Amino acid sequence: MLDAANQAKLIDLRSVCRSFPKGSGEDLVVLEKVDLTIHAGEIVGMLGRSGSGKSTLLRIIAGLIAPTSGDAECRGETIQGPPNGIAMVFQSFALFPWLTVLQNVELGLEALGIESAERRKRALAAIDLIGLDGFESAYPKELSGGMRQRVGFARALVVHPDLLLMDEPFSALDVLTAETLRTDLVDLWIEGRLPIKSVLMVTHNIEEAVLMCDRVLVLSSNPGRVAAEFKIDLPHPRKRLDPAFRQLVDSLYAHMTRRAEPKAPPAGNIPGIGVGMVLNHVSSNVLSGLIETLAAPPYNGHADLPVLAGQLQLEADEILHLGESLQLLRFAQLSEGDLVLTDAGKRFANLETDARKKLFAEHSLNYVPVMALIKRVLDERPTHAAPAARFRNELEDYMSEEYADETLKTIVSWGRYAELFAYDEQSETFSLENPH
Amino acid sequence: MDFRIIRAPALQRALRPNIWDVVAFVLVIGTMVLLVYGGEQTTLPLSTLDVAPVSLDPGHLPLYALRTTMRMLLAIVCSVVFTFVYSAVAAKSRRAEMVLIPLLDILQSVPILGFLTFTVIFFLNLFPGRVLGAELACVFAIFTSQAWNMTFSMYQSIRNVPKDLEEATQSFHLSGWQRFWRLEVPFAMPGLIWNAMMSMSGGWFFVVASEAITVGNTTVTLPGIGSYVELAIEKRNLPAIAYALLTMLIVIIIYDQCLFRPIVAWADKFRFEQTASGDAPTSWMLDLFRRTRALRALTYPFVALNRAFSNMQIALPASMRFHTKASGPPSRVLDVLWFILIAAGTGYAGWKIYRYLSAHLALSDLYTAVGDGLVTLLRVVVLIALASLIWVPVGVWIGLRPKLAERMQPIAQFLAAFPANLAFPVFVVFIVHYGLDSNIWLSPLMILGTQWYILFNVIAGASAFPTDMREAAGSFHLKGWLWWIKVILPGILPYYITGAITASGGSWNASIVAEVANWGDTHLIAKGLGAYIATATAAGDFPRVVLGIAVMCVMVTLFNRLLWRPLYAFGERRVRLG
Repeated sequence: MLDAANQAKLIDLRSVCRSFPKGSGEDLVVLEKVDLTIHAGEIVGMLGRSGSGKSTLLRIIAGLIAPTSGDAECRGETIQGPPNGIAMVFQSFALFPWLTVLQNVELGLEALGIESAERRKRALAAIDLIGLDGFESAYPKELSGGMRQRVGFARALVVHPDLLLMDEPFSALDVLTAETLRTDLVDLWIEGRLPIKSVLMVTHNIEEAVLMCDRVLVLSSNPGRVAAEFKIDLPHPRKRLDPAFRQLVDSLYAHMTRRAEPKAPPAGNIPGIGVGMVLNHVSSNVLSGLIETLAAPPYNGHADLPVLAGQLQLEADEILHLGESLQLLRFAQLSEGDLVLTDAGKRFANLETDARKKLFAEHSLNYVPVMALIKRVLDERPTHAAPAARFRNELEDYMSEEYADETLKTIVSWGRYAELFAYDEQSETFSLENPH
Repeated sequence: MDFRIIRAPALQRALRPNIWDVVAFVLVIGTMVLLVYGGEQTTLPLSTLDVAPVSLDPGHLPLYALRTTMRMLLAIVCSVVFTFVYSAVAAKSRRAEMVLIPLLDILQSVPILGFLTFTVIFFLNLFPGRVLGAELACVFAIFTSQAWNMTFSMYQSIRNVPKDLEEATQSFHLSGWQRFWRLEVPFAMPGLIWNAMMSMSGGWFFVVASEAITVGNTTVTLPGIGSYVELAIEKRNLPAIAYALLTMLIVIIIYDQCLFRPIVAWADKFRFEQTASGDAPTSWMLDLFRRTRALRALTYPFVALNRAFSNMQIALPASMRFHTKASGPPSRVLDVLWFILIAAGTGYAGWKIYRYLSAHLALSDLYTAVGDGLVTLLRVVVLIALASLIWVPVGVWIGLRPKLAERMQPIAQFLAAFPANLAFPVFVVFIVHYGLDSNIWLSPLMILGTQWYILFNVIAGASAFPTDMREAAGSFHLKGWLWWIKVILPGILPYYITGAITASGGSWNASIVAEVANWGDTHLIAKGLGAYIATATAAGDFPRVVLGIAVMCVMVTLFNRLLWRPLYAFGERRVRLG
């Protein structure tokens, strides 16, 4: 079915690495030896947790950032700056608020120096195609989120790119709007009405990937690598309740949780374990709520992640964060796409507030090394106080500044809930003093 | 809905003129004629100023007002051009930024009126015997009062352009030039216009102060409202001063209605927000021009020209575009060389200043200047405290009543724009008549024009105070002192501090004209740094002018760094609502 021209490689990445300079001197590796090929005529999905470098990879292909090493080619030519024939759709829409819909759509053509009659014709055609007619003279702020993203699509399509890049294009939209937009897009694609050859989309929504893509790449985290590739041959239009669809979703979930399981702690200063563990900020309220939900019927301590995510309206990424936090604190266990409450977790669900705090304190001291470290330092110091900078520096030996911030934020909130230590935001110090 | 019906009138507007065209046409042509007439006057030889001296005939006032306004407009155009160039360079080049931004910070706190001495001589020498030289000196003085905060605002906007929009422009292949005009300038527009408005308000003060200037033996009197008032003071003519005040009032109303409101209303679309919020500002003037047909057709070529201009393919040097291969740290060697260059330049300038001052002045002069500076500092602090005591309660009272606030807010802004120095003579007459102590009674003049910044910022703060918090305070029976200290004062703090910073900066500047006052041949002097600079200027004593300015610069900068900035940071961090 595919002829030779169609099989031509649009994008070819070979052992692409990207690292960012870190405060403590060593570079933080975000992408490690990534190989990726995109052919004409396919929708490719890139699925990964936050920190898997999927957005970085997308920006390397878009020519917005350069790889640290390795080759990135677009149609056989090395990518230096944004290549011709690639257009991008942004998570945040990235529309110019001072331009009307029509002017926003025309912008890309203007930059190409296309004369105004042709520009107008093509812009109106793209607006028509994407279902925006009637809105030409509206400003983005007058539109709903879904309509705005339609402008984002029209703006990208109007330049007739060979490859359309999409950076989590539906994640800023509500569930219903996102679904309409997805199906509209897939319909246009199947009918061959989109003036593009291929699509590469980044997402952390597993169902979205299965719904739209011909091929899904799963990226692992820290550093990002292509961990697995799934081919999806289900015919369009795909039905979410189709058993084959569910099975694919389940296996992707299972795959992603498998990556999240703790490994045997290797020796030495390795990020991801010990003090250098990145803690995602999850409020203790949410954790308590999740434990209660898990303990109650219908789950009774055992939940299938996709089902749980569906009920709580959470993305795969978010539910995995929550599951990992519970797993870290030994309140639950992640395995093969399931979340299972431990005995401690079941106990927690039945306790009163103060007893919960005690249990939480005990578990965070035992299982979160950095919490134990802070407590020990505070106990040892005669003043029972220590600046946050002392711990931040230690964290930054293992992780980027943003992750260190996030981790510190988590520590503060967990420490406050467990009444392990106090934190003064203004002087940025930890102490054992609690106001009485 | 068939979109064609909606689109048609927008794209093929009928060209037949309507009534609005006539009104707008008259306004446009009238403005052009006035500008040309005013412009002709400036190219005359300097001697015409002596032949046709400023007269107190109120019939001349409209023309004087026109000349004054033209100086203002010219200065604001210069400021905008300067802003675009300076902020673009500072934002795009890391090395230039190292020098340009601290420089801007200092320039912001330099007393502009002290500059006049040098600029007048410089420009008179540049165009010997021409009115143009004196005019340019005056325009330059206004420019130096306007440009810095505009530049700062633009620089900060360019640095904070949202990353996704920047990526969008790159991804869609916009050139650096296109990106500047299509992304950075529009994004900076709201901040720039707000700052231009503040600058214009301040500018009236300086244009009036710099029209009649005496430097040593040279006295230049440019026709304008400022020199009219100067002459009225000399002639002890109180009615003439009343005429001048009235004219200024009218001028500022016209400028507000015909220039600034339309611009603010037009620029509303540049506000960077994703959802429409609140009431958009409106302007009858803008609506008038938007309703015209033929006149709009006349603007199409300009729109097209503007488009062509912003689409010009001007490429930036390759180094500023794409960093192939994750760019390593910037060259250390060049950095070191650059630092050495800056250090050498600074050292040389410092040495020159030292040589110049030490040749003419002794250490005791420094003590005098610093002592005078402390006196002025005391005045500023006391006056800000007094003004706060009065205007904070008033502002809160007004701000919590939305209907009243809506009406009072423009009035307070208007009062801030009114050049208070025009009203000085009224106070001086009062002081002279009752034989009051000028050390005390001249002081209020410093804050006469700047206190309104406190008022309108407090009104804005109180209006923005969330209703639910007021209701919460009410339901917990918080009243009296507790209500002021726990509820409203923290709530308006960031706004109040913004107002107080502006007011204190303005007061330092005003001290140069406020600490010395004349009425006919009666001279009133209040001890202070302003009087020090003013006296030295009048005597043509340059070393003392330099010393006075330097001391004021240092004191204002220290005052800002040690008091206002920490306060502002505190307000932003702890009590910013929402």
